[in-house]
Amino acid sequence: MGTVFSFDVRGGRPGAVQAALEKAVAGLHRVNEVFSMYRDDSQLARLSRGELTVADCAPEVAEVLELGAEAERVSDGWFSMRYEGRLDPTGIVKGWAAERAARLLASTPGVCGVSMNGGGDVQLLGAPEPHRPWRVGVADPLRPGGLAAVVSSAGADELAVATSGSYERGAHIVDPRTGRSAVTDLVAVTVVAPTLTWADCWATAAFAMGSRAGLRWLESLPDVEGLLITAGDEVRCTGGLAARLG
Amino acid sequence: MHALKKNRPLRRVVLASAATVSSMVLLLSLKPHSTPAPAVAVPAPSGSAGAVTGTRTVTGDSVQTRWGPVQVRITLKSGKLTEVTAVVYPTENPRDQEINSFALPRLRSEALQAQSADIDTVSGATYTSDGYRQSLQSALDSARG
Repeated sequence: MGTVFSFDVRGGRPGAVQAALEKAVAGLHRVNEVFSMYRDDSQLARLSRGELTVADCAPEVAEVLELGAEAERVSDGWFSMRYEGRLDPTGIVKGWAAERAARLLASTPGVCGVSMNGGGDVQLLGAPEPHRPWRVGVADPLRPGGLAAVVSSAGADELAVATSGSYERGAHIVDPRTGRSAVTDLVAVTVVAPTLTWADCWATAAFAMGSRAGLRWLESLPDVEGLLITAGDEVRCTGGLAARLG
Repeated sequence: MHALKKNRPLRRVVLASAATVSSMVLLLSLKPHSTPAPAVAVPAPSGSAGAVTGTRTVTGDSVQTRWGPVQVRITLKSGKLTEVTAVVYPTENPRDQEINSFALPRLRSEALQAQSADIDTVSGATYTSDGYRQSLQSALDSARG
């Protein structure tokens, strides 16, 4: 299934913003072409099959693989770029691409705020208007249409909100100790951190860890807050999350 | 809900631009196992609300999905989204009807909830069909434009 990216860009001349949007969209198409594991001819698919080396690929491939390797280290393997033994960095590409597109838009002269939502993971930059922060609803996985929390960007020039949920389980959320789909008591983990690349990876990793280990691990990361919802409808959050709600 | 998922390449880009607000939705086949959050491109409180008074009804584009066309109609009162109705949706077989009886109220509730909470966007797992979302986006874009 596809991922919907939606942008909300505030400020800037309409012509300049339009041009930046087109550039951002073109960038996302390009990312899709290079990284999609569902296209046999993408560079990543060919790299994964051993038909290309990293040096043969677009420079973004090396960049993403490096970021993914760091995510694997920090998460002790709970975030992984391997699936069924094959290289598959899909788990980091979406957040990375969305963050990059948001930054491109924010660099447009006159733009004061960007909200970029890539498949439910959000990068916020600046503010929608003076004295008003961005506000992001966190969908309540157990109450359709309801919100579990609202995160505010007040006081933060950049803030990302990424959610990993049970709908992802099975494909890319794997227990590194067993190599099988992670058994977790969670239905959703939302991570709030400055950048979407990391927020997305940490949400994936914490989800796989389960509520106890996931919460403890998120607490240990600087500038990272988390909201964890268990299948039993318990809500657990890191100590600093309250300051980000609003 | 899984039957609402579809796997297809980018088909359509919805692009809207106003003086201070631009929003856009597109599809990428990057992450086939996740379901996107609602593209509840709630009309920005400052962007259009001032200019729009009274009640307006706007019908979104008919969006072709694997199961048939989907089309959404929205009602705005003084620039606020007050109703979302699917006017066209797949009903050909009992499975369609089962999905729709589950999904459509949920999608409507997501759209309205997002607005009532005065939020800019939503993070998280939702079960929103792309067709519904795209038609909703086009209706909101038309209403704003």
